[in-house]
Amino acid sequence: MTWVAIVVAGVGCYLLKLAGLSVPARVLERPVVARVADLIPVALLAALVAIQVFTTGQALVLDARALALSAAVALLALRAPFLVVVFGSAAVAALVRLI
Amino acid sequence: MSPEADAPLEDRRAIVRDSLGVGLATGTYAISFGAVSVAAGLSVPQTCALSLLMFTGASQFALVGVIASGGAPLSGALTALLLGTRNTLYGLRLAPLLAWTGRRRLGAAHLLIDESTAMAVTRRTTEGARVGFLTTGASIFVLWNVFTLLGAIGGTAIGDPRTYGLDAAVGAAFLALLWPRLQQRHTVLVALLAAAVALGMVPVTAAGIPVLVAGGVVLLVGLFPRSAVDR
Repeated sequence: MTWVAIVVAGVGCYLLKLAGLSVPARVLERPVVARVADLIPVALLAALVAIQVFTTGQALVLDARALALSAAVALLALRAPFLVVVFGSAAVAALVRLI
Repeated sequence: MSPEADAPLEDRRAIVRDSLGVGLATGTYAISFGAVSVAAGLSVPQTCALSLLMFTGASQFALVGVIASGGAPLSGALTALLLGTRNTLYGLRLAPLLAWTGRRRLGAAHLLIDESTAMAVTRRTTEGARVGFLTTGASIFVLWNVFTLLGAIGGTAIGDPRTYGLDAAVGAAFLALLWPRLQQRHTVLVALLAAAVALGMVPVTAAGIPVLVAGGVVLLVGLFPRSAVDR
């Protein structure tokens, strides 16, 4: 059953990607579509940040990850490169948990 | 896209360098996916098949997450597919910029993920967008699969990925991808609203759903003219 789920979801995810690339360009010329398409990644990425940092399972939690995110914000404000932001933030979480 | 034409050589180099950086950072955290997946009860071949075939991190984590919490594999598959719909929207956004057709489009589709989109969507030219997309997508694909295998084999041997702060690194990576988009007031508002909605949904819905509901918020906001949201 697990193999069926893997193949179905894997092929399905590929087709979802292909569908996006295959839609006629004129669909995007409608201002509402363009605006929504621009904002979709903003909303999804923001939601993913929130879920990754402030939840465990179905519980809302405040732990070392929140401090790590603050560190990421500071590093981004200082225009640090992506790798420094990501691993710097991981290091903060690891240090906080050591203490 | 703009009449400013071709990206100069150093632009191209900068795009490749930045894209490889994103590829390295993203690809290596597949080690946590490999470990989590094996811990959820999937075999090493099943774990690797997910990275090869599905190749979209959030969906992969969602599928093994549902299985780990005792859900049916097929409901895990549904969650993964729902999460995968955002790649359709990325594709919609990128299609005119990348301007690929035929077999190239069939190949490019597999590399269409958060990071390859982020590294392509801000480019002014088709050339720059293609370089960013391919360099990011291909380097992540290679590293993602190698580190999935390493994570799956290492499994419990490396211990809890939390010890290394890897769980926090994922949030930081998403934030770093979001950051350049937060230059206008209305995008900041949308981001805060989406995060709040997602957190509000967490206690009452299954894993994967809060992110989709947050995406739905955009449909509502997008229907209003920008000026109405800005003021």
